Amino acid sequence: MASFKSTKIPIYPKLGEKVTPDTLYWKNYKAPVQIKEFGAVTSIDFSSLAPHNYAVTASTRIHIYGPFSTEPVKTFTRFKDTAYSGKFRSDGQLLVAGCEDSVVRLFDVSGKVALRVFKGHTKGVHVTDFTSDCYHILTGSDDYTCRLWDIPNSTELTSYKEHTDYIRCGTTSKLNRDIFITGSYDHTLRVFDARVEKSVMTMDHSQPVESVLLYPSEGLLVSAGGRYVKVWDLLKGGQPLVSLKNHHKTVTCLSLSSNGQRLLSASLDRHVKIYNTTNYKVVHNFDYAASILSLALAPDDESIVVGMTNGVLSIKHRKSPEEKREMVGKQRMQPVYRIFVKGRNYVPKKDDFLVSKPVKSHLAKYDKQLKKFNISKALDTALESWRRNRKPEITVAVMKELDRRGTLKNALAGRDEQNLSQLLNFLIGNVVDPRFTPVLVTATEMILDIYQAVVGQSSVVDRQLVRLQELVEREVDYQQDLLEVLGMLDTLFATSLPRKEVPCPGSSRPNGLAEGSLGAPGPQLQAA
Amino acid sequence: MVAHAEIRVVHLGGSKINFREPVITNDSRFLLCASGESVKVYSSSSEECVHDLQGHTDLVSGIVRNPSNHLQVYSCSADGTVRLWDFTDGILIKTFIIGYPIYSIYVSENHGGVVFVVVPMANDKSSELFQLVAVHLPLSGDQEVEARELSAVLCDVSPSGAASFGRKGEYIAAVKGLQLEVFFFKNQKSHRFFLKPGNKKGAKNAFTCVSCHPKEDCIATGHEDGKIRLWRNFNQKKEYTYSTLHWHHGAVNTLQFTPEGTNLLSGGIESVLVQWHYTQENQKDFLPRLGGAITHIAVSPDGSLFCTSHSDNKITIIQSCVKVSAIIQGLVKGEGVRTDLTIDPRSKALVLNGKPGHLQFYSLHRDKLLYNLDIVQQEYIHEEGLDQFEVVKAAFDTRGDWLATVEERTQKGSELEINLKLWAYDEQTQSFMLNTTVTAPHEDQIIAMCFSPSPEITMLVTISFDGHFKAWLLADHSDTKEGASWSCDFVGGYHHLKPGCCCFSADGSLLAVGFQEVVTVWSPSWELLTTLSQPPGAIRELCFGRLSCSKYLLGTSTKNQLCCWNLLTCSLEWSTPVDVSLLQADPLSENMAAFCSQSGCSDLFVFKPGEPRPLYSQKALCTGKVQRAVFAPRDQMLESCEEHAQWLNRSQLYFLTQHMDLMTFSTKTEEDRLLASSKLLMVDDSVAVTPFYLLLGKHRQQQEALTNPMAERIQLPQGSIAIKELLYTPAHVLPSASFLCSMFVRSLLISSSSASEEKEPVEEEMESEEEDSEGEAELRDARQDLGGSAAWGPGEELGAPALTKAQERELRRVKHFDHSWLSSVLEC
Repeated sequence: MASFKSTKIPIYPKLGEKVTPDTLYWKNYKAPVQIKEFGAVTSIDFSSLAPHNYAVTASTRIHIYGPFSTEPVKTFTRFKDTAYSGKFRSDGQLLVAGCEDSVVRLFDVSGKVALRVFKGHTKGVHVTDFTSDCYHILTGSDDYTCRLWDIPNSTELTSYKEHTDYIRCGTTSKLNRDIFITGSYDHTLRVFDARVEKSVMTMDHSQPVESVLLYPSEGLLVSAGGRYVKVWDLLKGGQPLVSLKNHHKTVTCLSLSSNGQRLLSASLDRHVKIYNTTNYKVVHNFDYAASILSLALAPDDESIVVGMTNGVLSIKHRKSPEEKREMVGKQRMQPVYRIFVKGRNYVPKKDDFLVSKPVKSHLAKYDKQLKKFNISKALDTALESWRRNRKPEITVAVMKELDRRGTLKNALAGRDEQNLSQLLNFLIGNVVDPRFTPVLVTATEMILDIYQAVVGQSSVVDRQLVRLQELVEREVDYQQDLLEVLGMLDTLFATSLPRKEVPCPGSSRPNGLAEGSLGAPGPQLQAA
Repeated sequence: MVAHAEIRVVHLGGSKINFREPVITNDSRFLLCASGESVKVYSSSSEECVHDLQGHTDLVSGIVRNPSNHLQVYSCSADGTVRLWDFTDGILIKTFIIGYPIYSIYVSENHGGVVFVVVPMANDKSSELFQLVAVHLPLSGDQEVEARELSAVLCDVSPSGAASFGRKGEYIAAVKGLQLEVFFFKNQKSHRFFLKPGNKKGAKNAFTCVSCHPKEDCIATGHEDGKIRLWRNFNQKKEYTYSTLHWHHGAVNTLQFTPEGTNLLSGGIESVLVQWHYTQENQKDFLPRLGGAITHIAVSPDGSLFCTSHSDNKITIIQSCVKVSAIIQGLVKGEGVRTDLTIDPRSKALVLNGKPGHLQFYSLHRDKLLYNLDIVQQEYIHEEGLDQFEVVKAAFDTRGDWLATVEERTQKGSELEINLKLWAYDEQTQSFMLNTTVTAPHEDQIIAMCFSPSPEITMLVTISFDGHFKAWLLADHSDTKEGASWSCDFVGGYHHLKPGCCCFSADGSLLAVGFQEVVTVWSPSWELLTTLSQPPGAIRELCFGRLSCSKYLLGTSTKNQLCCWNLLTCSLEWSTPVDVSLLQADPLSENMAAFCSQSGCSDLFVFKPGEPRPLYSQKALCTGKVQRAVFAPRDQMLESCEEHAQWLNRSQLYFLTQHMDLMTFSTKTEEDRLLASSKLLMVDDSVAVTPFYLLLGKHRQQQEALTNPMAERIQLPQGSIAIKELLYTPAHVLPSASFLCSMFVRSLLISSSSASEEKEPVEEEMESEEEDSEGEAELRDARQDLGGSAAWGPGEELGAPALTKAQERELRRVKHFDHSWLSSVLEC
């Protein structure tokens, strides 16, 4: 006859973010390595040369770290004041850095003393960069000027004084040695051509610009300032493409992932957001402990390095494929029970007599007990600690099944102090979970009914009961608040909804206005 | 009930087959059970219905084997007759008219020519008291015999199956209430045994059933509280003893000893068949989860088969090794039908909820249950007073790819549990697979739901008492692993009014939802297009016109109004004051069927929305309100030219009456066709007849005929003079054998050849020719044996060139004839 139907464990929809390829990709990093620097980390730059060392500018030093080292490989300390913007040249041989004392220094990566010193700015230099031909240096300073310097002669080539506020960011074109872009606190971005006296393009960001980034194709320019990240189309003469407002504090740094498909923005609100560059939707989000000032990605996204205001440098390395496989292997290496496989692929011969064996369906322990109507034992099994903690839905499903059979009260009754406190613990943990509330409220009522006579005999149980009461009271308050908010929202929606006259037929009486009530809370969905 | 000669309202099968205890025939090949006004004969191996014994004019209330003839059964009915049937041929042999409605029938081998029937005590039929009477069946050759020779045996018995014959028919035991009565035929005395009501610990001692041991003096009785008592020594009034067996937690519905008395079978609401060993009473075997509560148990006379009737209109046939071998399932009806009648677009089966938590697919054309679909997928606990999940709504989309079901469970004091489930049709398994479960789709009960008929979009709309209607869309999540699933797309409402009904237009471009007195019409982009209203009275049902009448929207309201709106002008086209209880649109034509209830009767009107005159109307269709109705498309279109029968050409209208009888309309042409097809299917065989069997059986018979020429060979020309001459003349006066032979052969051949040629079918000519050659070889051998002096031989034939045409023909005929008989003659 029909076999025993096992207890249905409902599959609840996963709350929170959905698992997308992006989340899988960006979650595939190890736990961060944290290094304490002397001051706020203002700039991080990766060398494009093979081991991909990176220069970290913090306070009056520049540290160069190897890809997996936690100690600096090299340190440049010859700064009189706070250093800024340590940048590698594209061949990885030279490093340039600005300083609060207005002097720009050029170092050989293997040396210690500055090769060249460029003097000319009158205030601190926050922006330095090499041009694409490797012979010039771009600097931007708080004296509102940006200058180009010749490395061999260490002379100033040109100076542009168009910005009307501090220049705090800038970048050079990787394709054209004459083109560079600067962003300033005067809310503008300017594109300069070294062959021309004046800026060739100006864009208004309308917030103090903190960071600029050129796409590898150099058709698009990204700027960050205030809470906004804006994308500009340079080929259309600096037309704004999109404006993203996903942070709630100033965005400080921008970066592109190695394939150019994802844009990362770091902000003082301690988040790093990752955008899809085709539709500019946020696909992932990292949280950090402090406000972020600088962010850099190693080539091939091997690591994400983030510098924060509290001087902590956080490095996340990508998990290597072996490690990943190990993880998967571990999960797969846990067979619950072994099947006797001898003769499994035996092909019956011609005159073999086949005896078909009924397929035995495997039942969970609580199901076996339910099948035998051992209700208390089934509840005990469902309340086993690992099941209770890891899979509360099973415990709740068994309770629901018992309730359906009308025997939940019997199953709950007759428990000793330890058992009861276990049960109460479970209730305290789960009764306010909206998925379980309907079942657990019934169970709680039954427990209170059954055990009201023994209240006061055990201090443990009494304490738990008090906790339960507090929990329920708090939950009631929450619900009330939520209902109030819902009411407010309804009014707002009602006022904002356009009123539309519905054509009423002449023969039938008019029935007032029509309005579809929109936006009722969606029901719980569950895929089978 | 018949208003028109051509259109009749007929009952459609699916009557209860679990009303009374079924009967297994002596050879265990057939199972007979009372089914409404007829007795059905099922094959116990193939589960097919072999015969339908029709003749009773009222409910059949019992069947028993005729103890003196194992090919016959008695059946009794509330129409006051006992009929004797030959079940192998399905023939009514005799009718005994008793004159009182009969409620049960019992027979015993030791009481020949007597049947014991339960009839009302007083002559008035409303009496609640029943008596067991012995009826002496008169021996008469007539078809209809009046049996007036009644003698009362027991007074005050229960009307159904609570009596049993004891060892060798010496006594009969009957139970009612708290009393067990044993009547001894020998001394015509009865002993009564009483039990206390026994209210402590909720024990209820009332008797429910009784069964007597066939070999020993032992009576087993079942009780309300689940106990079984075995009574012994009951021929003394005082010194009787009883022992108690207890396993059942609910009432014991039925008890039965096996023919040898080694086992006792019992069943109850737990739907577990318990087999108690008579000698070792603590040993028992179980057969759990049989489906519904067991109502009757029957055992075949040789003890090899048991069968149990279940409350869900099912008979399970069980082998004596406690293994289920076959299930005969009838249509489940009754109070429990909560879904609308729907038609599965794929199988054209009628779909309604049947067994608890299941949907049943019932083939209307074959009058057979196709399968049950488990909707709730939960272990059913057979216990009284439990609130179980019930399937309350079911809907198919137009292609039959999707099925939506709603199950709900109301529990005292706690909130309503509703699940909306969506099932996708799986081509591979040919059944519906669960795709999405939505728990609590609405805050209150779902009143109605319908699929959008538009081919572009798969959408379901549900309306609920919580004042909202929701649209559910199939969303394809191909990026995640789960595949397509359903999600809520839109929630709509209208002034917080409670919706009452919803309907899609035929092309799916409009959705009409009735909110109390107002009909709202929505576009697929969820814009409220218009509102229609015709107060007073809340809208009860809505229906869009089809095909040429698709511009009309029909609505019925509670205040006796049938309105028709024109959707192009958004105005009322017409309305009539009529109390329509049910409005149904034919999906294949413009026709609408409206069932109106008037003064306790239901009338039917069939009309087109665009025409003022109804196409067909029938007054007093049935008593009470028509509960549900559905148009089922026909397999083949009927060609009826009668004007008022044309609406039945494309589809057939089925409806459920207040008493949950499934009825339909049938026309004369259709009945003729059915009759013809049933004649075509009529086969003398006793095994189940299926079209497949017909095909295969015919083929096999032919094959048998081909492979077995012996059958023809046996037909020896017994009566011929030659044989007589040969056999009866004394040997000494006979001429020589060689002379005789040739003469004998010739005479025989010619005389029978003309007849044989006519008989032989053309297709067998090849075959017989082959045989001829064999036969000729034998002939030649025989001739050599006989001395070779035959009058004619091959040599002579060749040597004689001048043969006449007649001679030639004769020769050919001779050649064709089967000579094989000769060898058999010679062997003699």
